[in-house]
Amino acid sequence: MEKIYIDHNATTPLDHEVLDEMLPFLRDDWGNPSSVHWAARGPKAAMDTARERVAALLNCAPLEVVFTATGTEGDNHAIKGVALAKKNKGNHIITTVVEHPAVLNTCKYLEKEGFAVTYLKVDAMGRLDLDELRAAIRPETILISIMYANNETGVIFPIDEIGEIAREKGIVFHTDAVQAVGKIPIDVKTLKVDLLTLSGHKLYGPKGTGALFVRRGVRLVPLMHGGHQERNRRGGTENVAGLVGLGKACEMANESMEENVKHMSGLRDRLEKGIAAKIPDIKINGDVEHRLPNTANISFEYVEGESLLLGLDMMGVAASSGSACTSGSLEPSHVLLAMSLSHEMSHGSVRFSFGKDNTEAEIDYIIEVMPPIVERMRSMSPLYAGAK
Amino acid sequence: MYSKKVMDHFSNPRNVGEIEKPSGEGTVGNPACGDIMKLTIKVEDDKITDVKFKTFGCGAAIATSSMVTELVKGKNLDDADSISNDTVAEALDGLPPVKMHCSNLAADALHAAIENYKETHPAKK
Repeated sequence: MEKIYIDHNATTPLDHEVLDEMLPFLRDDWGNPSSVHWAARGPKAAMDTARERVAALLNCAPLEVVFTATGTEGDNHAIKGVALAKKNKGNHIITTVVEHPAVLNTCKYLEKEGFAVTYLKVDAMGRLDLDELRAAIRPETILISIMYANNETGVIFPIDEIGEIAREKGIVFHTDAVQAVGKIPIDVKTLKVDLLTLSGHKLYGPKGTGALFVRRGVRLVPLMHGGHQERNRRGGTENVAGLVGLGKACEMANESMEENVKHMSGLRDRLEKGIAAKIPDIKINGDVEHRLPNTANISFEYVEGESLLLGLDMMGVAASSGSACTSGSLEPSHVLLAMSLSHEMSHGSVRFSFGKDNTEAEIDYIIEVMPPIVERMRSMSPLYAGAK
Repeated sequence: MYSKKVMDHFSNPRNVGEIEKPSGEGTVGNPACGDIMKLTIKVEDDKITDVKFKTFGCGAAIATSSMVTELVKGKNLDDADSISNDTVAEALDGLPPVKMHCSNLAADALHAAIENYKETHPAKK
């Protein structure tokens, strides 16, 4: 059976070139980069290179890159770090209802600790209203945390305009860019963000790696107290091999950005067109004009997402869904519900997220196997019978 | 995450459809939780002689629907009524814990259908 992976927003395969750069630091060059002796030199130099490569992708200074273990850690560090550093100045944070749980649940935790949080809504296309943002700002607002691109729909927020608003008011601005970094060009030299989170395993690097861009001058309380690593921003002996992998992955993303964007958006458009031509009663979710090149979120009316995923899985296709059944909770996707989709349409959504190695033949295969799967589920659905 | 039996009933569900002029019918679940099951039964001499289902839901919802139709076909009403959601889950070699509550409604649909039959055929009771 053919195996097609079309779930790159969940994780990406580790690029073999990345792995090749990592292996020496697991096998031979195992030293602690903080030591003074010979065993430290290789790892130390490799860490420096990795940091430069991450900085090059973002167009920032290497000193502005703080290594982390995950995107979730970067989000926690940025949000809690600013909240604690600025708690004497104010206690108000602004974010959105469609953030990743790493941001949402960090904000909910801070609410319990006495902070106030405003969750901005989105419209039916998943877009923010910047006037709502302006109106939400209070004298005690210390942080705005808004994702760069949504993990479920791929919708890209106007980060530059948001940054402008934040800067005008002297508010620190963090963006969770885990789904954007490596997929679209990001230049923090011109972008008005103070903090930006990225994750290694979303851009063909290893799991257990990430980074937080901290603009020079932004004060953060560390999450991890300990040694002097990361210039006292994050204690703990570094995951040298992993970070070497992260650096290599960033370098590769930087080099082939333009080509990948073109390739992935071509595949996405091909899939959407193919499915729309063959399957009635579908809806493409999100602002199609402003979204990641690699993400398609499609609701199939009258059917439930998990059963579509099982059907796809049986045909060798790996995708994901906004259905409650795949999230381990009873509620379907908070992102789609926030976009005013009905519960049925939210449960019936499938996210296809493409990668650089997907091919047109794979897309054509999905377009071929998808209609009978949807048809079979619809023939079983009491909602379909009622509607027809 | 699913047992072989669940996947078998998901891939080849038994008794899909709707009985025309059923003796009883039951619908349970709601769109919010993502599972809706409609079960129709045909009753002759206190025996369920035919049963069909339609389900909007995840793999577990479809498999439990299919399984319950297999379990009750040919059974008399009292025996059918004693089938519980747990009986259905066991017959499928278990369900993932998270599915036990949200997608294990097939027996509820069956009980609703039997109830409906009894209500609409009071002479028989």
